[in-house]
Amino acid sequence: MTRVHDMGGRFGDGPVQPEAEDAPVFAEDWHARALAVTLACGALGQWNIDTSRHAREKLPPKDYTRFSYYEKWISALADLLVEKGVLTRDDLQGKGAAGLHALAERALKAENVAGALAKGGPADRVGGSAPRFSPGQAVRTRIPADNSLVDGGHTRLPQYAAGVPGYILRLHGTHVLPDSNAHGLGEAPEPLYAVRFFSRALWAHPEHPDDEVVLDLWQSYLEPL
Amino acid sequence: MPHDHSDHPHALLPPDPALRVKALETILTEKGLIDPAALEEIIDTYQNRIGPQNGARVVAKAWNDPDFKAALLADAGPVLAELGYYGRQGEHMVVVENTPVLHNMVVCTLCSCYPWPLLGIPPGWYKSDAYRARAVREPRKVLAEFGVTLPKEAAVRVWDSTAEVRYLVLPMRPEGAEDLSEAELAALVTRDSMIGTGLAKVPGEAPA
Repeated sequence: MTRVHDMGGRFGDGPVQPEAEDAPVFAEDWHARALAVTLACGALGQWNIDTSRHAREKLPPKDYTRFSYYEKWISALADLLVEKGVLTRDDLQGKGAAGLHALAERALKAENVAGALAKGGPADRVGGSAPRFSPGQAVRTRIPADNSLVDGGHTRLPQYAAGVPGYILRLHGTHVLPDSNAHGLGEAPEPLYAVRFFSRALWAHPEHPDDEVVLDLWQSYLEPL
Repeated sequence: MPHDHSDHPHALLPPDPALRVKALETILTEKGLIDPAALEEIIDTYQNRIGPQNGARVVAKAWNDPDFKAALLADAGPVLAELGYYGRQGEHMVVVENTPVLHNMVVCTLCSCYPWPLLGIPPGWYKSDAYRARAVREPRKVLAEFGVTLPKEAAVRVWDSTAEVRYLVLPMRPEGAEDLSEAELAALVTRDSMIGTGLAKVPGEAPA
């Protein structure tokens, strides 16, 4: 079974509300601060990007649904800081120990921000399993879409694309497997492919017979057809 | 908090989102885990320095220079890095070209993946439930909400960004833009045209 964030194809959300091209990057001051605090905490090195995505997905469905975007970020960050032992529940209530934290020396300094953002966090790796599929090959995605390593764990196979036939479009290289990396089970790098699906294979009422959806999928999400 | 139906730690913080951010920021600052000056630097970067003007420069150059365009479409990473467009959320770039018979459009149904070094922080609609839910199932209806209608012969290819690969759409060069400089061309390239929910402006069109 999937989690609340996995909403591709869902009905009932109403129209998209486009914004002007010159609308402010951050609609509210606290949006900017939520983003900056989250990025700065990531630099403490206590988790990876897959863990932080999973922390947002793990928000209770009621919270995920009613929270705005940056509310999800800041709430998941608070949960993650406690889960990883960086902060305590007492800390969040203002009853924690005073003084500098043991990780304070790792805090991101202003002079290192540009370098850290420019460096990024590439996900490609050398090694891992050899590519099993080649462009043009017919494949089918696994079903159910669940993480096969951890019950209720993080995965990047959306439910709408589970058990669907498609075609390998390109090999991106060998990338860290989020299903493993999110849970501290190692990077387990695998070949990553762009896989092309006909909309008519995904939906009962496709808009156009030639429309397609492409997803980036790891080798273990796929079987030959 | 009594009205937060959750035993998750976040419920221990104030429920108002602005106060929630402020409370966490204060706790982390007091412990030396975040540096307020670093926060200002991060905000300034994404508010003022990195944004769709970067992607627009790349598109204009591709419209103007066939060799650059060919290299960009073949393997965008090194080409973009040479222009200084690399970094967080843009480590693995792929550029996809719109043609009269193929319209590309980008979404992240599972979260909000977006090519930050080229387009900056995504707009609110890109992160909305409505866009995430509908772009893969009914892209043409979504496009209509952006005022875009495609010809019947054009197929739509929606890229759901499920990995660390980030996609940039190379929109079609508009008619009447043949004699423009690269800077003038860049002014025709909208953010939405590089996500695939818009088309490039035609010369003389009022700004979006």
